[in-house]
Amino acid sequence: MSYFGMSKLTLKSAFRRPVTRAYPFEPRRVIPESRGLLVFDKTDCIYCSVCRKKCPTAAIGTSRSQKKWTIDRLRCISCGYCVEACPKHCLRLSTDLGSPAVTKDREVY
Amino acid sequence: MSATLPRTIIPFGPQHPVLPEPIHLELAVEDEKVVDVIPSVGFVHRGLERLVERKDYQEFVYVAERICGICSFIHGQTYCQAVEAIMKIEVPPRARYLRTIWGELSRLHSHLLWLGLLADSFGFESLFMHSWRIREKILDIIEATAGGRVIFGSCKIGGVRRDIGPDALRTMLRQLEEIERDMREIVDVFLNDGTVKQRLVGVGILSKQDAYSLGCVGPTSRASGVRQDMRQLGYAAFDEISVEPITRTEGDSHARCSVRCAELFQSVDIVRRAAAKIPDGEISVKVTGNPNGETIARTEQPRGEVAYYLKANGSKNLQRFRVRTPTFANLPALVKMLPGCTLADVPVVVLTIDPCISCTER
Repeated sequence: MSYFGMSKLTLKSAFRRPVTRAYPFEPRRVIPESRGLLVFDKTDCIYCSVCRKKCPTAAIGTSRSQKKWTIDRLRCISCGYCVEACPKHCLRLSTDLGSPAVTKDREVY
Repeated sequence: MSATLPRTIIPFGPQHPVLPEPIHLELAVEDEKVVDVIPSVGFVHRGLERLVERKDYQEFVYVAERICGICSFIHGQTYCQAVEAIMKIEVPPRARYLRTIWGELSRLHSHLLWLGLLADSFGFESLFMHSWRIREKILDIIEATAGGRVIFGSCKIGGVRRDIGPDALRTMLRQLEEIERDMREIVDVFLNDGTVKQRLVGVGILSKQDAYSLGCVGPTSRASGVRQDMRQLGYAAFDEISVEPITRTEGDSHARCSVRCAELFQSVDIVRRAAAKIPDGEISVKVTGNPNGETIARTEQPRGEVAYYLKANGSKNLQRFRVRTPTFANLPALVKMLPGCTLADVPVVVLTIDPCISCTER
């Protein structure tokens, strides 16, 4: 039975760069496939409301008459179901995590 | 002697520095020795089983994934397998292999998380940090392949949402080699270090007979010598990738730790074999119509067997959804393990069943 099993690992760690980063001075490496903030491009949108119907958390709102697309960022879980469903490819998930939401306002486009 | 000692009731949890899960144990102790345990749960009930009546059956995959934050992928996978069984959907072979790979990555990150928490429970903080350092690398692989770190969001009814390309597979295998080297270092400490052994060997013993009769599942039962692993049922790609259950006979906390340590390497091996055999082709099939019928689906989660019961009546909402999670099955064993332990061993023994109370309460 060894009582110094950890010593090798500890010594190795002592002479190695820290595994952690000095955030926010050193930001995290962006992983391209990561699911982040939902981005809406208004140009091609036909306000068909498929994204609103598919959204599992009811975060998206649409209005065809007013030509409005809204999102509640606090509800969005970045699942990408709307991205798959959109017939005009107006939606995409960016790798950006977005800024923290401090109010319960809906973003209106 | 014990008859003369006064019995004290000590509440343990639901808020406890060692235990991150909201379980409450009423510990009856005589001096420092635990003589009786009454567990109670019900602090984080979320009513997810009822929610099935209001969500579209395809949307419910997202809810199923959120039953547990650690074995999220396998929850989603089990739900999809159950719906696919009702609707008689044939999942493409590539999707079955991808599910196997993600399931095993999920097991790797869960076991590394557990090893860290175990080290933390007996005060070995540096070992805790090293376990989570390695887990972070697994989470990066998961993010690079599935898009999420803990909630994968990649399983859907009829297949999977994302593919892992050949380059990404090669990168993953290269990273796994490095991770395997790192894991060997910490596993050596967990299995052979004197201080770890002093806290784990002979603590919280569960006999094979008790493990079997109390219906234990997963590493808890395998550490007591019960050869039972749901991956042998052949779900996902496990019909083509054989899995031999890892068992120990001691039945103590060290044996449960040892089973999980060995399962880490087993999972890496499964990912390698799956990556070598993965066929080309579609990753999902189109799903039309609504399910009608009932079924039971079982899979092996990191904590043990999970059983899903689904009943559908032909509408877009399911009629009944029931989950039996591994921790629910392992709680009776915990009540059996604790009497005879000292009070200081309680957190260690509770952690060795890898409790996931949020899962249990759904």
